[in-house]
Amino acid sequence: MTQFLTQKRLKKTALKILKFLLMVAITFLGLLLITFLIGRVVPIDPVLAVVGDKASHEVYERARIAMGLNLPLWQQFLIYLSSVLRGDFGTSVLTAKPVFEDILRVFPATMELAFLATLFGIFVGIPLGVISAVKRGGFLDHVSRVVGLLGYSLPIFWLALLALMIFYAKLDLLPGPGRVDVFYDGIVTPVTGFMLIDSILAGEWEIFWNALYHLIMPATLLGYFSMAYISRMTRSFMIEQLRQEYILTARVKGVAEWKVIWGHAFGNCAIPLITVVALSFGALLEGSVLTETIFAWPGLGLYLTNSLLNADMNAVLGSTIVVGSIFLGINIFSDILYKVFDPRAR
Amino acid sequence: MIQQDQLLQVTNLNIIFPSPKGDVHAVKDISFSLGKEKIGLVGESGSGKSVTGRAILRLLPPYAKVSAEEISFKGQDLLSFSEKELRCIRGKEISMVMQDPKYSLNPVRTVGQQISEAYIVHSKVSKSVAREQTLKMLTAVRIRNPEQVYKLYPHEVSGGMGQRIMIAMMLIPEPSLLIADEPTSALDVTVQLQVLAILDDLVTQRGMGLIFISHDLELVASFCDRVIIMYGGRIMEVINAADLHNSTHPYTRGLLNCLPRIEGRNERLSTLVRDDAWLDADFWHSNDSDGIII
Ligand SMILES: Nc1ncnc2c1ncn2[C@@H]1O[C@H](COP(=O)(O)OP(=O)(O)OP(=O)(O)O)[C@@H](O)[C@H]1O
Ligand SMILES: [Mg+2]
Repeated sequence: MTQFLTQKRLKKTALKILKFLLMVAITFLGLLLITFLIGRVVPIDPVLAVVGDKASHEVYERARIAMGLNLPLWQQFLIYLSSVLRGDFGTSVLTAKPVFEDILRVFPATMELAFLATLFGIFVGIPLGVISAVKRGGFLDHVSRVVGLLGYSLPIFWLALLALMIFYAKLDLLPGPGRVDVFYDGIVTPVTGFMLIDSILAGEWEIFWNALYHLIMPATLLGYFSMAYISRMTRSFMIEQLRQEYILTARVKGVAEWKVIWGHAFGNCAIPLITVVALSFGALLEGSVLTETIFAWPGLGLYLTNSLLNADMNAVLGSTIVVGSIFLGINIFSDILYKVFDPRAR
Repeated sequence: MIQQDQLLQVTNLNIIFPSPKGDVHAVKDISFSLGKEKIGLVGESGSGKSVTGRAILRLLPPYAKVSAEEISFKGQDLLSFSEKELRCIRGKEISMVMQDPKYSLNPVRTVGQQISEAYIVHSKVSKSVAREQTLKMLTAVRIRNPEQVYKLYPHEVSGGMGQRIMIAMMLIPEPSLLIADEPTSALDVTVQLQVLAILDDLVTQRGMGLIFISHDLELVASFCDRVIIMYGGRIMEVINAADLHNSTHPYTRGLLNCLPRIEGRNERLSTLVRDDAWLDADFWHSNDSDGIII
C-alpha cells in the first residue's frame, strides 16, 4: 500500500517535472523564433555586410547562396536553431570574433556589477522594508518612501553623471570610469573574468583593492535602484503578513516581538521575496546598459550598445538571446526555490 | 460575590477606537470578575466580546484607547505591566484560542514547531524535551498519531484537527486562564462537539478559568457556569447559567425568544427587540443595580 502510494507520488512528481521542462523548452524556442524574425525584418542586408556594396551581382548571389538565404524561411530557421544550440551566434562584424566568444569575455564584468548591486539591494533594502512596515508612518518609513520615490523617478544616467561629478571630479574620493586604474589594466590574465576573483587568484592584492574601489560607485548606484524596489516590496509583504491572525497567535504565546517580526512574519515574506530579488537581479543584467556606458564598464550592456550603434546584427541578436536565456534561467531558479521553501507548493 | 480563588477582576473597562468619522466606543464601562470557573460571554456581532478578550491580554492594536479602573490578574495590576512583564503573562498565565485555525496557525511552520515554541518560550528547555511535551499534549487533545501530526503543516490538517492543535498549543504552558474566542464557530457541526468536549475536559481537569466567547446562548448555557450578556459594548446582565431561562432582563429574554424551540414549531420566531435606553448607564443603575454587576 505505502509502496503503491510512493510510486504514485513519484509518478506525479516526474510528470510535473516533465511539464515544467516542456514549458521551458517552448519559452526558449519562442525566444529564438523572435530573435530570428527580428534578424530577417531589420533593413540591414546581411549579404551586403559581408561582401561590401561594391561587389558585383554574381559575387553577391554566390554569397547569398553560401549563407543559405535562398532557402525557404522555415529551413533557414532550422539552420539558425541548430547553430544557436551549438553556441554559434555567427561572427561579429565589429570585433571579427565569434559573438559567443565576445559575450563570454564581457559577461563576467556585468555579472560582477549586478551581483554586488543586488547584495547591496538585499542587505539595505530588506531591513529598511521590514522596519518601515513595523514602524509605519515612523521616521524610517518616511525616509524609505523618499528614497524609493527618488529611485523610481530619477533617470539612472543623470544620477551616475552627478555621482561621477561629485565623488570623482570634485572630491576625488572615488575612482573614475573603468574596472581598474589604467596602469593596472591587462596585468592579471582573466580566468573567471571576475576581476575580484582573478586578482586574488593571481595574488595581486593591490589590483583587488583597486577593482573593489572602482566597483563602489557603479554598484552602489545600481544597488540603489534594486534597494528601492526590494524595500518597497518587502514593506508591502510585511504589512500584509503582520495583519494576519497567526501573528496574534504568536503574541498570545508570549513570543518576543523581534521573533514575531523576523521569525513569523518575515518567514512568510521570504518566499515571495526570492522572486523579487531574482527579478531585480535579472533586470540589472540587461538594464545596466546606461550605467556601463557612463562608467566605461566593459560588460554586456556596453557591448550591446556598441553593436547596436554599428548595426552588428549577429552581436545584437546573440546578446539578446543570452540575456533572454539568463532571464529564463533566473525564473526557473526562483520557481524551484519557491517549491523548495513553501510547504504549500510542494 | 468575590470568590476565594479569584483570578481576574475587570472594573470599568472602556475601549475606544479613534476613527476619522468619530470614535467607536466598542466597550463601555464593563466590570466583571472570574474565579476558577467557566464563564460565557455572549452577544451579537460587534457587541465587543473579542475586544474585551484582547484587552485582558493587552493585545489590542496600539491606536486603541484602553482605560480601566482595574484589570488585575491574581492580584497583579496588568495595566501597570511593561511589555516584557506582559510577555511572561501571555501564554504562561493567560492564553487565547482564536476562531479559525486556518488563519491562526503560521502556514510555513510545522504544527510541532509551533506547539513546541509555545512551551520553550516560557520554560527554557531543550528542543527534545519540548518535543516530548508536545507529543504528550497532542495526545491530550485526543490526536491518535501525534508523531505524524507533529510533522504536518497547517494546510495539511482539517479544521477540527487544527483547532485541537490550537488548544494544545495554548494549554501546553499550563496557563490558569483561557480565553476561547468562538473556538468552534468555524468548524463543521459534527466536530464542534468533539472539540468542545476536549476543551471542557482539559479546562476542568486542570482547574483553569475559562472565558468562552460565543454567539450561541444555548451552547453557552449548557457549557458554562455563568453567562455575561453583552449588547452594544455594555454588559446587560450577568447570570448563572442555570437561571438563564428565568431571566427577567428584556434583552436576554429577547435573545431567548429568538431561539427556535421544538415545542413551538408553528410559532413565528420573534425578532430581537433592542432598546437604546439599555445603553444608557443610568437606566440600569436606577433599576436594579445589584443584579447587573457581580
Ligand atoms: N481593530 C479595530 N479597529 C477599529 N474598530 C474595531 C477594531 N476591532 C474591533 N473594532 C470595533 O469594535 C466593536 C466590537 O468588535 P468585536 O470584534 O469585539 O465584536 P464581537 O462582539 O467580537 O463580534 P463578533 O461576534 O462578530 O466577533 C465593533 O464595532 C468593531 O467595529
Ligand atoms: Mg469576535
